[in-house]
Amino acid sequence: MTVPSSALGRLLRTPRGLGAAIVLAIIVLAAILAPVIAPYDYAAQNLRNANMDPGALHWLGTDEFGRDLFSRIIYGARTSLVIGVTSISISMVCGMALGATAGYFGGAFDRVVTMVVDLSWSFPEILLALILIAILGPGLASTMIAISIAYLAQFTRLTRAQVMALKSETYVEATISLGAGSGHVLFRHLLPNAVTPVIVAGMLATGDAIILEATLGFFGLGAQPPTPSWGAMMSSGTAQIFIAPWIIIFPGLAIAITVIAINLFGDALIDALDIRQRLREG
Amino acid sequence: MALFLIRRLLLLIPVFLAVSLVIFMIVRFVPGDPIDNLLQIGSTEEQKTAMIAAYGLDRALPVQYAIWLGKMLQGDLGEAIILRQPVSTLIAQNLPHSLILGSLALAFSTLVGIATGALAASFKDGWLDRLVMTLILLGSTLPSFWLGLLMILLFAVQLGWFPVSGARSWSALVLPVLTIGIGGVALVARVTRAAMIEIARKDFVTMLHAKGLPPLQIQLGHVLRHALLPVVTILSLRIGWVLGGAVTIEYVFARPGLGSLLITSLNQRDYPVVQGCLLMLAIAVILGTLIGDIVQAAMDPRLRETLR
Amino acid sequence: MALLDLSDVTVSIGALMPLDRIAFSIEAGEIVGVVGESGSGKSLTAMAVMGLLPLIGGRITSGAVRFADVELNRLPERDYRALRGRRIALISQNPMTSLDPIRRVGQQIDQVSMIHLGLGAQQARLRSVDMMRQLRIPEADVVHGNYPHHLSGGMKQRIVIAMALAADPELIVADEPTTALDVTIQAQIIQIMVEMVRRKNVALMLITHDMGVVAQACDRVVVLYAGRVAETGSVERIFAAPRHPYTKSLIGCIPVEGLAPGGLKGIDGVVPGVANYPTGCRFHPRCSLAQDRCKIEAPLLRTFDEGAAACHLAGDPP
Repeated sequence: MTVPSSALGRLLRTPRGLGAAIVLAIIVLAAILAPVIAPYDYAAQNLRNANMDPGALHWLGTDEFGRDLFSRIIYGARTSLVIGVTSISISMVCGMALGATAGYFGGAFDRVVTMVVDLSWSFPEILLALILIAILGPGLASTMIAISIAYLAQFTRLTRAQVMALKSETYVEATISLGAGSGHVLFRHLLPNAVTPVIVAGMLATGDAIILEATLGFFGLGAQPPTPSWGAMMSSGTAQIFIAPWIIIFPGLAIAITVIAINLFGDALIDALDIRQRLREG
Repeated sequence: MALFLIRRLLLLIPVFLAVSLVIFMIVRFVPGDPIDNLLQIGSTEEQKTAMIAAYGLDRALPVQYAIWLGKMLQGDLGEAIILRQPVSTLIAQNLPHSLILGSLALAFSTLVGIATGALAASFKDGWLDRLVMTLILLGSTLPSFWLGLLMILLFAVQLGWFPVSGARSWSALVLPVLTIGIGGVALVARVTRAAMIEIARKDFVTMLHAKGLPPLQIQLGHVLRHALLPVVTILSLRIGWVLGGAVTIEYVFARPGLGSLLITSLNQRDYPVVQGCLLMLAIAVILGTLIGDIVQAAMDPRLRETLR
Repeated sequence: MALLDLSDVTVSIGALMPLDRIAFSIEAGEIVGVVGESGSGKSLTAMAVMGLLPLIGGRITSGAVRFADVELNRLPERDYRALRGRRIALISQNPMTSLDPIRRVGQQIDQVSMIHLGLGAQQARLRSVDMMRQLRIPEADVVHGNYPHHLSGGMKQRIVIAMALAADPELIVADEPTTALDVTIQAQIIQIMVEMVRRKNVALMLITHDMGVVAQACDRVVVLYAGRVAETGSVERIFAAPRHPYTKSLIGCIPVEGLAPGGLKGIDGVVPGVANYPTGCRFHPRCSLAQDRCKIEAPLLRTFDEGAAACHLAGDPP
């Protein structure tokens, strides 16, 4: 609907876009097929094999409890992707609703929304997330809520800017003068056009959200054990830094690859859709 | 300029109140009786009564907020549950460490970022430019705490050049500052480069070429000066980001500081400390943004006129 | 030997060829007007002479630009830079944007004499203020320390002229120096510019779209159309007996579609864009005298006893 298939085609023809798309596809597939591909149960402890080097038995080694790192990383992909995508999706939907309403109707509602957005704009997402975790307590659900709220300002602002820019275009005035109601104008004309940059921004934000989730996990405030989370893995891995550094290296590498792939894909998408200018307001 | 300053300071007040309100409400949102979140388990009835009286916990919420705010403005942030010390003492002990780390990281990001971005723009599309752009990509997408851990692995564990953690010596600052700085450099370099490229297209730059000035002198002596304004703008917007990075990195490097204190107390559910830290960090962000605004206004007189 | 000589200069930008075999020359101390509607390639010619085509992604693909018998397009960049501002200076179109907004105007003039004449700051300042006085800038001493946004358009352009004259150049390339100015000031600026170049015996390549200016100020004129030279000649002869139909219309003898007689403020898009040049003579779609030959065969620039013209219908060479 909003991502023209021709743009997708253009994107896949660039080396950047194609490479990123392939990497992402692999990651997503690995996450979905985790129960099938993972050689071991991610929670299976085997203290005799603790802190093993990467080798034939355990491709990426084991952690301090003898758990297979490769399996844990694949399952960790699930956690990261689910949290990242869900949080950003919720944030996007709410942000679009708020931003579109504020941008279209203006008035007091707009002023309030703008004030709140500007307020949270200068606060780093990590801080906002920490405040919310303080209230909600650590855990998977809290992490999702915290991330959703932390990125809300961004989507609200972006949608509002798009709607306001489109609102003044002549075809909107024409539609209104023909007697169309506000709801009609908003939904059938403004939103579809405003939505594309927001969705692409959402894609890029997913990368940031995954990092945020990992950071919270590293602090011990994210998804709690036994749910595997890349951040939490690295956190417990710091104790083994001298004897088993790969416990830190591999989950981090997984995060890095995922986020870089997302960013490259999103960047290539921006070029393919030619909306770089429209994203400046965000 | 003075008028601008006064106006900005006045705008601070509602912002501060709003943020403090949110932080105040944390303890009230957490499930359970607020009193249990402020006192150690196993406190006597007497202590509970004293707490209720001191904070007005039996009175209406706005009153509680007023009392809390009043105490806070006098420097009383309550008492830590676990450590049994006044929160203000804990903060006073940790704040200097965070300030040092934050300021050094900011200075590093700014100076190295501007230099790198300027060079990349001056040699646009050359190998230097491409190298810088790749580093920028890496610097802005890699999770900072992983970067920090890698740095520790390489420079502390493997090479032994720097301490693995803590804040016992000046050399312990190097890796943390670098880690935060890399992300900051990525941001500043990107903005500097983009600004310089855009400015280089302007008419007056063509005239500079027509006057026979060497290209490098044009870039670094003239174009860069113009590019600094967008750089300051972005820095003042993202100053909170540097602070957020400092929070994470303090924890990674096990350095004393507000960040470590915050994370530890969050894990321990020590709410008075949590509130105190968040409050301090929020104030830091607000002040940082204010300073950024002031620097911008100092650099561009046109900005002083706008009603913010 | 001409001071500036363009022979068959062809300029390309990417796959496009906006200038095709441009040929004309300027003698020392001469004022030559280069006229054409927008899109005819006037500014590109200026950039080609200054050697600034790389800034817009262009390059000279054939022909030669000779300045005092030095082939500029083959000059190493460092030597070209020594020429720019020193022996060939540029006055560009928009004074509002040609000055650095965050530096004082005086300092921008000083810069030229400091770099090219090796003057110290004090000496340069004295020289600049003197130049500003000659350009009739009131309170030159004070204005020297002003920022560009303190000055009016006319004042700013005088500053730009001062910048151009600062190092005693032999040739000034002025790209539509008055277009961006108020109508009431335009005549003043042209007048002061002409006065200065005459006094210092500096050659001036004056790019303009105003035939009135050409008539008043120029010795000779080069008429450009769609990237090619249509006609060249002395101002007297061109106004008395123009050879090219386009020139005739410019002077107001024949009406041409989209062109007010005597002026070049035609309708946008009437001059064909670089990608849409017609075959043969590029003017034929608008030419009331066009014949079949004109549509197929591009006329060569032929020299006559006075000037040159590129038209099949112009008189035969002697």
